[in-house]
Amino acid sequence: MEKMLLKRVDIPNSADIDVAMKNGAYSTLATAFGMRPLDVVSEVKRANLRGRGGAGFPTGLKWELCSRVPGSLKYLLCNADEGEPGTFKDRFILLQDPHLLIEGMVISGFAIGAERGYIYLRYEYPTALVVLEKAIEQAYAKGYLGKNILGKGVNFDLSVHRGAGAYICGEETALIESLEGKRGQPRIRPPFPASQGAWRKPTVINNVETLSNIPYLLAMGADAYAKIGEETSPGPKLYGVSGMVNKPGVYELPMGTTLREIIYTHCGGIRGGKKLKAIIPGGASTPILTEQHLDVKMDFNSLVSAGSMLGSGAVMVMDETVNLVNVAYVLVRFFAHESCGKCTPCREGTSWLYQVYQRLMHGEGRLEDIDLLLYICDTVKGKCFCPLGEGAIQPVLSSIKHFRGDYEQWIKEGRRGQA
Amino acid sequence: MSDQHEEGHFCRTAGEKIMFSDAIIQSIKKAQQRYPDQQSAVLPALHIIQKEYGNLSYEAMRFVSQQLRVPESDVFGTATFYSLYRWKNPGRHQIQICHNLSCSLLGAETMIAHLEKKLGVCEGQVTKDGRFSFIRMECIGRCDGAPAMLVGDDYHGELTPEKIDEILKKYE
Ligand SMILES: Cc1cc2nc3c(=O)[nH]c(=O)nc-3n(C[C@H](O)[C@H](O)[C@H](O)COP(=O)(O)O)c2cc1C
Ligand code: FES
Repeated sequence: MEKMLLKRVDIPNSADIDVAMKNGAYSTLATAFGMRPLDVVSEVKRANLRGRGGAGFPTGLKWELCSRVPGSLKYLLCNADEGEPGTFKDRFILLQDPHLLIEGMVISGFAIGAERGYIYLRYEYPTALVVLEKAIEQAYAKGYLGKNILGKGVNFDLSVHRGAGAYICGEETALIESLEGKRGQPRIRPPFPASQGAWRKPTVINNVETLSNIPYLLAMGADAYAKIGEETSPGPKLYGVSGMVNKPGVYELPMGTTLREIIYTHCGGIRGGKKLKAIIPGGASTPILTEQHLDVKMDFNSLVSAGSMLGSGAVMVMDETVNLVNVAYVLVRFFAHESCGKCTPCREGTSWLYQVYQRLMHGEGRLEDIDLLLYICDTVKGKCFCPLGEGAIQPVLSSIKHFRGDYEQWIKEGRRGQA
Repeated sequence: MSDQHEEGHFCRTAGEKIMFSDAIIQSIKKAQQRYPDQQSAVLPALHIIQKEYGNLSYEAMRFVSQQLRVPESDVFGTATFYSLYRWKNPGRHQIQICHNLSCSLLGAETMIAHLEKKLGVCEGQVTKDGRFSFIRMECIGRCDGAPAMLVGDDYHGELTPEKIDEILKKYE
């Protein structure tokens, strides 16, 4: 497949607007502005683009919901929080092709009727902050942002809002709270952001990668776009692969590429010729898979059928030397740290899980602890205010499901870890 | 609230006096213009002050509350929610080293142990010469270069103990 999302990423200095424009940036604005906003929405709907931030919600549908809400003041938010452990795909666009994102946002704002946009950028990307702010300034100077863009009466203002270190702010309603200057704790839904979001106005929130698809989708048309990759969730996908592979990195491949192809063809297989043991297919909150799942296609539906999720497409690969107790410990520590404290099952559940894992790490685990972990997961499952808690128990449940032997061995040998 | 707060932008606690400069006030004003309401500028305002002073303080939060006319309790609530607002001054170069999964699979704990030994400090402490401090981070989005860290705003990846030694030499 010819690269789209990463087309400009390898061009030197591609974050500069002149270089980006020479290579096609902002060329789809005219196409978009030549359409009616509702037709842009229909085009995205017809292309069946599904959000790349994790949930896979149909983008066109989300836009339609928002654009149908009466009122002229609407907001477009770009989720550049990229906090899901293992995820680094958006970074490539933010650092090397910010104009793709800006172009995508201008078009998306036009489609839903939003004249104001914000990019919610995680604190941990200080370089991206500098790059984005410069890119925005350049886009204003060239008239691609601001008033009367391309002389077509389209207005769009854009700025960056910097986070301050909180995974939960990637959740869309917590992101809005954080944008409004508050603690990043999720809001009850409904009302959904599409009807009452930022400052209680209709708001669309999309991931960086989702928004970056828009210019290419419009340029090639929905029919051609829908033919790329998997039928039920077409388009190109950025897979970020890390862990014990020879060539970690971000790979743009058609949606639905198999894990086998990603790991062995593109990433050069497992380091040191070792055997594959476990794979996390979509970031920390997606259930762990095994080498038996290598032929699973990496798209939303196929991964759900396989008992996991596509999440952010962040593939983490573990070889035979890894003990899954250690893996679950690291991830549970993360979730316990990041639980926002709003709801009891998640706040207490994650910290109880963490305490049991600490016992395991201290070599004081008991065989009953395995069932205790499952019991705690049960008190969290389906009972949390937002999906964070549900994500937190996935590494526990799936590691016990597929690698119970690792736990038994760990406990029997009284192994210790770095706790 | 004393008049001093309103006019000179002073905050006073236990004999300590912090004067927030006009530059800071202007930056906060500029940040405010990006949002439809005042409270939304709380995060940027705190960032601005942390950047200038290295950390936040009680005075800083009160100051933000006055500047933005947001209740102190709300500013406190926000400031204490996020992991990366600091209450102590870090070293001249703050090392943020990732200990999440991809980095941990490739030796993050060995790197952290090396840092502790080399710097002679634990997480959150500053070296005696004030040069370095380090904290553990959750995934910093550099998993493709694991194990990874930030020194100040600079990224360093594929760390080994030897590489860490070389890197630290570059920071005075
Ligand atoms: C705990 C949590 C963290 C999330 N973190 C992110 C994130 O870092 N980036 C992101 O794009 N979406 C994240 N999401 C998903 C967002 O809530 C939202 O679904 C997404 O930004 C919508 O954009 P999309 O439709 O383009 O995918 C997170 C969700 C949860 C529950
Ligand atoms: S796990 Fe360390 S940078 Fe992502």
